[in-house]
Amino acid sequence: MIISKLLYHLGRYLLLLRQTFSRPERISMYYKETVRQMYDIGIGSLIIVMLIAVFIGAVTAVQFAYQLDGTLVPRFYIGYVVRDMVIIELAPTITCLVLAGKVGSNIAAEIGGMRQKEHIDAMEIMGVNTAAYLIAPKIIAALVVIPMLVAVAAFVGTVGGYAASVLSGMLSDGEYVLGVRSFFKEQNVNFMFIKAFVFAFLLTSVSAYQGYFVKGGSIELGKASTNAVVMSNILILLADYLIAVLLS
Amino acid sequence: MIRAENVFKSFGETEVLKGITTEFECGKTNLIIGRSGAGKTVFLKILVGLFQPTSGTVWYGDTNFFALDKKAIRAIRMEVGMLFQGSALFDSMTVEENIRFPLDMFTNMTWKEKQERVDYCLERVSLGEVNNRYPSEVSGGMQKRVGIARAIVLNPKYLFCDEPNSGLDPKTAITIDALLHDLTIENNITTVINTHDMNSVMEIGDNIVLLHQGKLGWAGNKDEVLESDNELLLDFMFASPFLKRLREDALRK
Repeated sequence: MIISKLLYHLGRYLLLLRQTFSRPERISMYYKETVRQMYDIGIGSLIIVMLIAVFIGAVTAVQFAYQLDGTLVPRFYIGYVVRDMVIIELAPTITCLVLAGKVGSNIAAEIGGMRQKEHIDAMEIMGVNTAAYLIAPKIIAALVVIPMLVAVAAFVGTVGGYAASVLSGMLSDGEYVLGVRSFFKEQNVNFMFIKAFVFAFLLTSVSAYQGYFVKGGSIELGKASTNAVVMSNILILLADYLIAVLLS
Repeated sequence: MIRAENVFKSFGETEVLKGITTEFECGKTNLIIGRSGAGKTVFLKILVGLFQPTSGTVWYGDTNFFALDKKAIRAIRMEVGMLFQGSALFDSMTVEENIRFPLDMFTNMTWKEKQERVDYCLERVSLGEVNNRYPSEVSGGMQKRVGIARAIVLNPKYLFCDEPNSGLDPKTAITIDALLHDLTIENNITTVINTHDMNSVMEIGDNIVLLHQGKLGWAGNKDEVLESDNELLLDFMFASPFLKRLREDALRK
């Protein structure tokens, strides 16, 4: 029963994606909508992403310093660990989990609301490919903007680690910078961007799917919004694990 | 001309439409009437292709709508305008942007040409000075008119209206009816209106189809309503004692 339901949703999700990426009626309309979505997702999420990133970096620094207490591991490793933790895992994953809550629920509610108010039917009757017009710009905007947000989060997280460790006197400015500059692998930044792309795609497409097929009233819309966040989070964590296994 | 041929529609175990065959004529206001739950909205949504019938089909002229591929369906939809019960205006767009949306999406008109067309449509539905307002900033009656303006902006051959008078006061409802009737005659379009408003039936019902429990209960025009002895029609049209008395008086005269 669960498997057949899972396959039903997977099939419908894939068909929706096929419809989403079919040829648009008029590129200029899609371009305008994509730019609007980029602004909404990017600028609209910048503050929350930075705020979370600064604390992630700070907490990582403080907790790693606590782990090092009484060991012979050099203190500058704090900078190194904060940098790699933030770049490889925390910036892409935590940022996208937060965005699944903020952007994902918003997408599901927006598209679901349009379904309920017959806006989608109105567009269908005009001859608009509604999946493409409503979903593709959101996915494309997210694929452009979310990796940028993740890069910002990685930078701000590293600065957060600096603030927590240097300003509190745990280690010197030179030690932290030395740690941040040690053992750097470019590949880790690639990891970060691959994760950001995959997570961005998952959180927008899954949320759009939840909203697009909503039926019923406000309770169902609320459920769709919640499902969008829950399913996006589960898939992001699953994808995180798979990417780690495949690319490490 | 639109022809529905033996249309059945079921949702799971529930059979909503049970073999409807009828025709909607060009240049006339065709009304689908019936009590709540009779299957009017489902039938209308099948006519515009939003629902697939369980069996049966719909012909647009000589074209079998449900035998068409996606491209051909889009081509027909370019000739269709629809006014929804709740108007279905896009909240994030102004009145003007709502009406211009189909032009932006499907035509190569210049900005000036689009603006002229939008202004003409707004003027045609007697709306001025609301171009830059959002749907939430205009009244329900105005929203319906904006919906009509958007529906006619591409010069449709077919106009569908789902309960255009619901939620409107009688006077505004009469204005909307008159507007739809005038547009139908002016542009020689096939208009199909789903309604349970008796004023509409008696004022603009050139061709009327009564649905009852998913079946065709009666068909005729506004002049035949008063004299009909079809019980389903009389039950629906003259439900209150007051209306029954009015009918009897009219017949006596």
